[in-house]
Amino acid sequence: MATGSTDGVAGTDRSLLGRVRGRLEGPNTVGNSRGFWAGFALAVVALVAYPLVGSGEQFSLFLVLALLGLSLSVVWGYSGVLSFGQVVFFGVGGYAFGVVSINFPDATGITGAVLAGVALGAVSAALLGYFMFYGGVRDVYVTIITLVATMVMNTFMAQTAGSEWTIGEAALGGFNGMPAIPLLELGVSGVVSYQFVFNSIELFLPAVGAVEVDPFYYLALALLLATYLGLRALVNSDYGRVMVAVREDQDRTRMFGYDVKRVKLLTFTLGGALAGLSGVLYAARNVYIDPQVFALWFATLPVIWVSVGGRKSLLGAVLATIGIEYFRLSIEGEMALVVLGALLLVFIVALPGGVVPWVSDRLAGSELEMSEIDDTDAPREVTDS
Amino acid sequence: MVNGLNLAFQFLDSFAFVVLAAAGLAIIFGIMGVINLAHGEFILVGAYATTVSATSLGLPLPLAMAAGVLVTALFGVVVERVIISGFVPNWIGQRTVGRDLVEPLYDRLADSMVATFGLSLIMVQGARIRFGNSIDQIATPFGNVAYGEFSYSTYRLVLAGVSVALLVVVYYVFTRTDFGTRVRATMADEQTARALGVDTDRTYMLTFGIGSGLAGLTGALFAPVLSMQPTLGSQFLVEAFVAVVVGGPSVVLGTALSGGVLGAVNATVTNLTDSTTFGRIALLLTAILALRFLPDGITGFVERVRTRREEGE
Repeated sequence: MATGSTDGVAGTDRSLLGRVRGRLEGPNTVGNSRGFWAGFALAVVALVAYPLVGSGEQFSLFLVLALLGLSLSVVWGYSGVLSFGQVVFFGVGGYAFGVVSINFPDATGITGAVLAGVALGAVSAALLGYFMFYGGVRDVYVTIITLVATMVMNTFMAQTAGSEWTIGEAALGGFNGMPAIPLLELGVSGVVSYQFVFNSIELFLPAVGAVEVDPFYYLALALLLATYLGLRALVNSDYGRVMVAVREDQDRTRMFGYDVKRVKLLTFTLGGALAGLSGVLYAARNVYIDPQVFALWFATLPVIWVSVGGRKSLLGAVLATIGIEYFRLSIEGEMALVVLGALLLVFIVALPGGVVPWVSDRLAGSELEMSEIDDTDAPREVTDS
Repeated sequence: MVNGLNLAFQFLDSFAFVVLAAAGLAIIFGIMGVINLAHGEFILVGAYATTVSATSLGLPLPLAMAAGVLVTALFGVVVERVIISGFVPNWIGQRTVGRDLVEPLYDRLADSMVATFGLSLIMVQGARIRFGNSIDQIATPFGNVAYGEFSYSTYRLVLAGVSVALLVVVYYVFTRTDFGTRVRATMADEQTARALGVDTDRTYMLTFGIGSGLAGLTGALFAPVLSMQPTLGSQFLVEAFVAVVVGGPSVVLGTALSGGVLGAVNATVTNLTDSTTFGRIALLLTAILALRFLPDGITGFVERVRTRREEGE
């Protein structure tokens, strides 16, 4: 019921808000109703207020990783290219950020390092993508090549301990990784710049008292929201429909005159840029990066987030990343991994389409009042906080 | 001469490693279309079962190895019934709510991957909780062969021989016996096979059991030469997938060929650069190039060349 009525609203509403909503909604995303956007606004408010009650420093990690989850969702969920290589671009982005910022440790240089990280993530994805897609590699072979690429990076970076593996001032550091990455400071040195990490702002709130908030948390949150909304607009655009067509049937899409290889390459490159951005923020947040980001277990994490959340849903990728990572880091003791493994097993066996599409189907299938639709965002609130 | 021998031994070692790592996976992934990320942990089960029966129960090594294989095969059958085919949950579901609860994971690559990753987390951590961070290792049998100033473990030579024998047996079972024909019929077209009277459910179960048993055998054979840690399985996983995929559609033959090619590359580069790291990188890069230029794997390429030649005549 939701889709039918709101499509009408979005179609006829000529106001600015209506047109914006029209761009963000469509069959390729869940959440096309007023109720969804109300819940979305609530969730954003909750996330903005979260550092007042919880630890924004820790939560920012989940927001950064959610970008990595989104990068796989768009590549796999929307274009059908199952990639284990998102962590390659993630790591390349992180290492590039580290190398450039160590060599140019002022605001301009660090801003340039961020751009360099994103650009190198995109370029490495484009190179690997060109090699695979224009070489006629398909399906599971793409998956295996990306997996092997990850292992190559892991093996290679782990042996860069010697002094010959130094780029300018920056030593790659082998298995121990690259410590002492400069603090993230964006802007132009001498003109305007702002340091985002280890620079808590003290706020005084009437009811709560003095609280410290972490500006990096808000940077990560803003980038995540912008990416999520941007990707929603992309997958609901004409180009997004072509991406989905490629996922559903490559040969038929080619018959209709679309350049399947180019679509896959462009999506893969976009995914690489997003993963690179995520890696830059990861390295900036931890002021450190090591070859563990190329390890097999880390490479499987994005696939797990996206599978559990629902691979055909951007929202699923974000929520599952935050939920699983929060759970993974907050449970302690020796049973933690056993519980996580059991959860993954049960989720994937019982809900093969993922959690978010399942919830959304339940909602669409029953006649619910608006107030109840708001309530259905409850699981999300629970996982978030 | 001595260097040549070194190279030959290194080649046999890499070959045995790749082939044994891939043997069980060739069947579970290559034939059944299940990406089993817990493959390394199946090897772990075999290795631990062998070691524990040799050290705690005092069984002689061959018997302990047989126990390792058997335990892993049974374990595989249980995993297949409970998780992969969903037989047990569906049976419970039929009894309680009157419908199937889950769908089988066959040919659902990504889902089988997440499920088996969950399984592998449980198994590694379970092994750590039960056995601690390491257990005592069995001594390597057979001593060494000495040549010039070098010496080489005889047991590792035996491993290479065993891996060749294993390939021959598996090839024979899957191409020359009734059972093998039923398996291949089931994998090619399940419905037709069932219509022709093949018990496909039982075939899936047995095939998965055999694949697991082979993983267990790998674990049993490597038990005397690896350090017994809960994470020992992970070193096999990537090489196993690479070998199976590079091998191509004719799974067993392909694994032998890719084991040969990848083993040769690994041994040569390790020997030239004196670094196992670069040997591994070369192996992985060769795999990437092979997948790019021979998208159907080695056996697919051989098949295509043969067809072209026949058409030419």
